[in-house]
Amino acid sequence: MVEKFFQDHERKMPRDSLITSENDSEQDADLSLQEEHESKTHRTKRRDGDRQKKKRRNERRKGGTRAREGEEDLQAVSEKRERSKRKRAKSKQETSRRENNEEEEAQLTGGKGTKARKDIRNEKTRRMEKKEVGEVEENVDKGKKKQGSTKKGEKKEDGGKQLVKGKAREVKKKKHKKAETSSEPETSEEDDDEEEDNDKDVVRPECLSPEELEKLKEAVDERKKLIQSLRGKPWSMKKKLATLRESQEFVEKYEGALGKGKGRKLYAYKVLMTKKWMKFQRDFENFKTACIPWEMKIKEIESHFGSSVASYFIFLRWMYGINMILFGLTFGLVMVPEALMGRPYGSMPRKTVPRAEEASAMDFAVLWDFGGYAQYSVLFYGYYNSQRTVGWLKFRMPLSYFLVGVGTVAYSYMVVIRTMARNANESGVGDDNSFNFSWKMFTSWDYLIGNAETADNKFASITTSFKEAILEEQESHKDDNIHLTRFLRVLANFLVLCCLAGSGYLIYFVVRRSQKFALDGLENHTWWERNEVNMVMSLLGMFCPMLFDVISTLENYHPRVALQWQLGRIFALFLGNLYTFIIALMDEINLKRKEEKIVKFNITMWEASLYNGTVSENSTASPVTINPADVPRGPCWETMVGQEFVRLIISDTMTTYITLLIGDFLRAVLVRFLNYCWCWDLEAGFPSYSEFDVSGNVLGLIFNQGMIWMGSFYAPCLPALNVIRLHVSMYLQCWAVMCCNVPQERVFKASGSNNFYMAMLLVILFLSTLPAIYTIVSIPPSFDCGPFSGKNRMFDVIHETLESDFPPWFSKVFSYASNPGLVLPFILLMVLAIYYLQSTSKSYREANVELKKKLQMQNEENKRKNKRAALKAQMDLEEARMTAQEQQRNNNASVQDQEDDTDIHSSVQRPCQEKYGCNPPPPVGGRGRQMPSSRDPGSRTYNRGNHGPSGYLPGFARQSEPRMYRVPSLQRH
Amino acid sequence: MGTTASQLSKESLSEYQELTFLTKQEILLAHKRFTELLEKHEKDQIDARVPMNKIITLPELKSNPFKERICHVFSTSEQKDGSLTFEDFLDLLSAFSDSATLEIKSHYAFRIFDFDDDGTLDCADLEKLVNCLTGETNDAKLSSTEMKQLISNILEESDIDKDGTVNLSEFQHVISRSPDFVSSFKIVL
Repeated sequence: MVEKFFQDHERKMPRDSLITSENDSEQDADLSLQEEHESKTHRTKRRDGDRQKKKRRNERRKGGTRAREGEEDLQAVSEKRERSKRKRAKSKQETSRRENNEEEEAQLTGGKGTKARKDIRNEKTRRMEKKEVGEVEENVDKGKKKQGSTKKGEKKEDGGKQLVKGKAREVKKKKHKKAETSSEPETSEEDDDEEEDNDKDVVRPECLSPEELEKLKEAVDERKKLIQSLRGKPWSMKKKLATLRESQEFVEKYEGALGKGKGRKLYAYKVLMTKKWMKFQRDFENFKTACIPWEMKIKEIESHFGSSVASYFIFLRWMYGINMILFGLTFGLVMVPEALMGRPYGSMPRKTVPRAEEASAMDFAVLWDFGGYAQYSVLFYGYYNSQRTVGWLKFRMPLSYFLVGVGTVAYSYMVVIRTMARNANESGVGDDNSFNFSWKMFTSWDYLIGNAETADNKFASITTSFKEAILEEQESHKDDNIHLTRFLRVLANFLVLCCLAGSGYLIYFVVRRSQKFALDGLENHTWWERNEVNMVMSLLGMFCPMLFDVISTLENYHPRVALQWQLGRIFALFLGNLYTFIIALMDEINLKRKEEKIVKFNITMWEASLYNGTVSENSTASPVTINPADVPRGPCWETMVGQEFVRLIISDTMTTYITLLIGDFLRAVLVRFLNYCWCWDLEAGFPSYSEFDVSGNVLGLIFNQGMIWMGSFYAPCLPALNVIRLHVSMYLQCWAVMCCNVPQERVFKASGSNNFYMAMLLVILFLSTLPAIYTIVSIPPSFDCGPFSGKNRMFDVIHETLESDFPPWFSKVFSYASNPGLVLPFILLMVLAIYYLQSTSKSYREANVELKKKLQMQNEENKRKNKRAALKAQMDLEEARMTAQEQQRNNNASVQDQEDDTDIHSSVQRPCQEKYGCNPPPPVGGRGRQMPSSRDPGSRTYNRGNHGPSGYLPGFARQSEPRMYRVPSLQRH
Repeated sequence: MGTTASQLSKESLSEYQELTFLTKQEILLAHKRFTELLEKHEKDQIDARVPMNKIITLPELKSNPFKERICHVFSTSEQKDGSLTFEDFLDLLSAFSDSATLEIKSHYAFRIFDFDDDGTLDCADLEKLVNCLTGETNDAKLSSTEMKQLISNILEESDIDKDGTVNLSEFQHVISRSPDFVSSFKIVL
């Protein structure tokens, strides 16, 4: 029966060797020999084929050394051996007997684990590693763990190490043998011993044949890959460390051996350089992470408030980065060249403070309003000169100004859209609701939370979300009075609309009024009247959301829906305010242009009178020198627009900071210290501490950015201002959050809303570029200020450059390319491409659903198959156990061990099903014939069957039998 | 874990960098924090273990409902007491680090949720998991019918092969679709 069993087993073997690569198969052959020798599992994995036959002799010899090595490992060295098979077989028997003795001793002393068992394990683990199934292996480990005894746990750890060492040693050995066989094929076995000793320091690449070199290279590459992927493996550090060291040693040792002569040197150099490069990359990575600003601050906030609050700060940092780049563009390409190479201050009228304003030009109040010297500086559009090139570099200033303006917007679009796409990729495609419950279950905990209070809030919110989800699932959500709710909702929306309209009108009114004040002259008015517009806008932005909050309680929405409504309303409010502001500005621009016409006419009159006067006084027609401050000038609406935006930003920033200080800090201080002498608990009761309002803050940030985009064409200083603002608010808000806010009651997910914010940013970007583009395209620039003065339209600068700086054919090509006949088809093509991409993505989504269904079906089928296989295995097991018990009767083995091993069997079985489940038994070849008799499992069975019970020590049977049926079970499933 | 307690040797530092998702600074910080947890006489030992009850006092883990599980999963201790060596600690931080892959994160998440270490998430595991997530207080707990409903819903969604448990590959399938698992499965020192 046993023999039959082995035959069965034998049949299954070639499958393995077919799977493994050529390189491995030899290794396996080595290993199998060792195992056969040491642990009595008859794993003879040999490839059939001519190659193998040719090499058989070598291998046999190798096998001999291998075996000997095994003996050495167990301190059972047999000095002299003969080549003849029979004798070797005999000696093997001897050594195995010895081994068993040893093993038993080891077991008795209870010290280290049995070598043989370890080897099996090694073999197993190694194979799986090769097939890159870390998980399965992990399961095996787990299964082993379940054996329970601490001794085995220890063994497992050792196993990890041993596995690697064993492997490396093996490979080394193999190479060695190869090197040897190719150079001196007939070395005696004593040589091998020496080799063994010298193993560490002798590598002889010259002796390697090209194909072996290739193999070696492959092995080295494999090791390198292993090193690379090591960190992604869920192993314990000890195991990883051992693997790493071993692999590195291996790579170092054999890397040098690759290549010959010059090639070898080159190769060594390459290796050295890659090593250096890797090190540099790692250092650079470290450097990069060290360079990311505010990392620690954000981490601290993360741990206190969870990822959603931190997401605001990450967003803030991201904005900061974008603004840094915008600032670099405007500063480097516009402001600095003009300041350094353009005409100096005071050289022409547009660069000089007019006489009327000179007295107050340095007053702080004026400067704070960005009038006076600030107005006539590089900070604003009007200062720039229209000369085509500046400085010795022939820097094309107007062109650069225009391109920077366009580039700012283009870059922003690019970054926002790219980030959106990345976020969309990360958040997975499509099917949002397919794993609703599972996501709530498995991913709802935020591991960053390190604050007990936040954790409590999180517990509460998770519980409610569970309950809500269950309720929704049951759909027992009944509305008690649908008419009342509807009425209330309509009412609420009506109220909100009233608020929006009111705020819009208020802003319009205020802007018109301020224009009247401006006509009167600012000096006659109070501070409030001068700053009315900005203050009103900021105050509206502050109080309207609170009003909306109150109104939204009428609606009785689900909190998440309510939040979305709230966000939408605030968005509408901000947008409405911004656009009313812009419309009012447009009115003002038109007024200024009318004024400009009059001024232009006056100037020609003035010039004529000036020349007439001078001509009459002096007979010589010498050029008139008039102080540029005295020259009459146009109102320069561009600078006015820039100023308005800058003022808006400043006042917005101030309100934000002041709200922060009063609303958060003062409130926290009051609550904290008045609590000692108050009638109710302030901390838990009404005022309590404020929460950090993520969505409101993000919205504020987004609108602020929108204003930057809108205004930066007319005020190049805006990005710089914004950088300062963001920098300060980073520190201020971090501080405020840590010292006076409490974690949110309802902790929202960060990433879910990430793209929502990005989408808003995109919308704002689009809306803010609209007015800017409108003004650039349709309004002629002022005649006496700015880089485009004297041109009909601002974009004429492109034409001018094309005509004068490029060869004529280029401008011809350009004019053809910008022909509507070409542009329209192009747009059509893009639309078609978008349509195509969208429909493909739709079909992919459908295919996904189909695949999921298919997967489910397949899994069910597999399960059924597995069940059948398991049943069969059960029967086989029974059979094997019966034979084992037969043997057992003869040997006085302990029952304990038997159970132990069956345990292993059952635990190993499961993961292996996954791996080997679908391998049908391979066809039976003439395998037994090819096997050298020294490793023929049949012979062993024969031996055992004949003399086993009488001639063998009791330990033998006990050790080997359970393993015998464990291995086939591994194969079968 | 170098030769001296206060200093990591250069070789081991680079090895740790190679084997974890952590940067040099993070490893050094981790080492500092770890040695703070050690007893005085242990600081010179290479394989010193910090018991679980000390690890879970770390502010980063203190309020985590899975802190004991995390310790058990990452511990290589033979007594299964959840005590960690420095290397285990690094493994923990690496798996929870920012740059760790989804695979490794979901692997460890699975093991953390697998309360009985049997390789699958069965009903008992899921129930324990829900209880962990809803907190200890009694009023927050779900009623038994709610629990039943919840678990059956979860199994319906994620148990693809319908064997009544969620295995690792099913779990990873679910997790890989989740938008915010990677961003929330993080612990930073």
